[in-house]
Amino acid sequence: MSTHTQSYETTVAGGKHWSLTLSAGSLLRLVDLEGGANVGMLFYNPGNTLERYNAPDTLKCQHTFKLTAGHCLYSDMGRIFCSIVADSGGWHDTVCGNSTKRLVAGRWGEKSYQQYRNDWTQNGHDAFIVEGGKYGLGRRDLVANVNWFSKVAVADDGSLVFDPKHARSGAAVALRFEMDTLVLLHTCPHPLDRSAQYPRKPVAIRIGRAQPLAADDFCMNSRPENVRGFANNALYHLCGPAGTPESAS
Amino acid sequence: MKRASDLLPGEAVFRHVINAGDYWIDTLREGQRLRIVDVEGNQAADTLFFNAADVADRYSAVDTIREQGNVYLSCGTPLLSTSGNVLAEIVADTVGRHDTLGGACSSESNTVRYDLEKRTMHACRDSYLLAVGQHESLGLSKRDLTHNINFFMNVPVTPAGGLTFADGLSGPGEYVELRAAMNVIVLISNCPQLNNPCNAYNPTPLEVLIWDTDVL
Repeated sequence: MSTHTQSYETTVAGGKHWSLTLSAGSLLRLVDLEGGANVGMLFYNPGNTLERYNAPDTLKCQHTFKLTAGHCLYSDMGRIFCSIVADSGGWHDTVCGNSTKRLVAGRWGEKSYQQYRNDWTQNGHDAFIVEGGKYGLGRRDLVANVNWFSKVAVADDGSLVFDPKHARSGAAVALRFEMDTLVLLHTCPHPLDRSAQYPRKPVAIRIGRAQPLAADDFCMNSRPENVRGFANNALYHLCGPAGTPESAS
Repeated sequence: MKRASDLLPGEAVFRHVINAGDYWIDTLREGQRLRIVDVEGNQAADTLFFNAADVADRYSAVDTIREQGNVYLSCGTPLLSTSGNVLAEIVADTVGRHDTLGGACSSESNTVRYDLEKRTMHACRDSYLLAVGQHESLGLSKRDLTHNINFFMNVPVTPAGGLTFADGLSGPGEYVELRAAMNVIVLISNCPQLNNPCNAYNPTPLEVLIWDTDVL
């Protein structure tokens, strides 16, 4: 019996990383406090980290290139880690990957920890290496991630177009977790962000409990594929993997 | 961009037909050319590359498309690894555009895309798992089976952010050719998909050819 009623709120400064395990039924809300934020995120099943976020499945199952409200984030096992239950921005990227040490050094110059302490210029790839390492994950386990708040459109000829004005102050996205999920996150710059200075944009994070899933749920019913994705989750919960609350769905 | 190759099939050092539903895994030496032929047309060659000296350094779709600034692969595309190294380069292409967004089909994604009761139908990721399971000395496992290239598939992105599965641009005998920029392991699943109109519900053979020459 779950008795989570409290919520927790924190702010993660720009250029940082964090990780946490969210149980089924959790609600994670991210707010871009100043505009221009980017939150890199990866998802794993904490009971079997070989099950992980799969961007191609997520995109092709929902015939979308962008992520926004109504979309579900799929694992490679046909299950849904979380649903995007609210989104004020309308477009999040999941095909451009991470900034790297080389990219950050080339674009903004490398600021060492020795000299700059916690204002050093971290990069998204190494951030995931560090956070993943806490759970026994290594570089072989890193896959295409989500970049919340970042919009990268595609022109008719296939060219990628990063929109530097997309991420607005106060933009918010809310994720409802449909199964227990290990979340790795960083607030390092999007790899296509060409701001003059290393963008160091804070993000507010609020963790609470979601409303129970209703039969007319917007995400579940946004596409017939998602009805089947939720059915896969229901089967998973029926079989009762360790640590999954029975009330989850 | 389309460009034909001057290499002659009769001079290839290796030729192999991959039937639909089968895999092919082999190592290319730096400088070798690999041609993948869409023998009957509109067949998906779900392809992965690994640095043979360090398999954790593998093909990265996101790094490849971001660094070339374009979601479609064709002549001149360097295929980048997770560490930013060039694994191979597309040096000839008679189709003009290949997909690397759609990934490989799996039994599990088939349940979502098509029907829950299609979970036992054959899929690319099962072929990948069989390949790595039957070649344990390569040190590959499920962790290494990620976001691949779909040679010969056409998956246009709309300016509004939609993903469409369009009729193929490929046809019988069309091919793509790569030059290995280092020693690379190549893993191809010849897609067994029976639920998608992209191959007219009819998976067909692929042929791979390898040339030793780095001249021409």
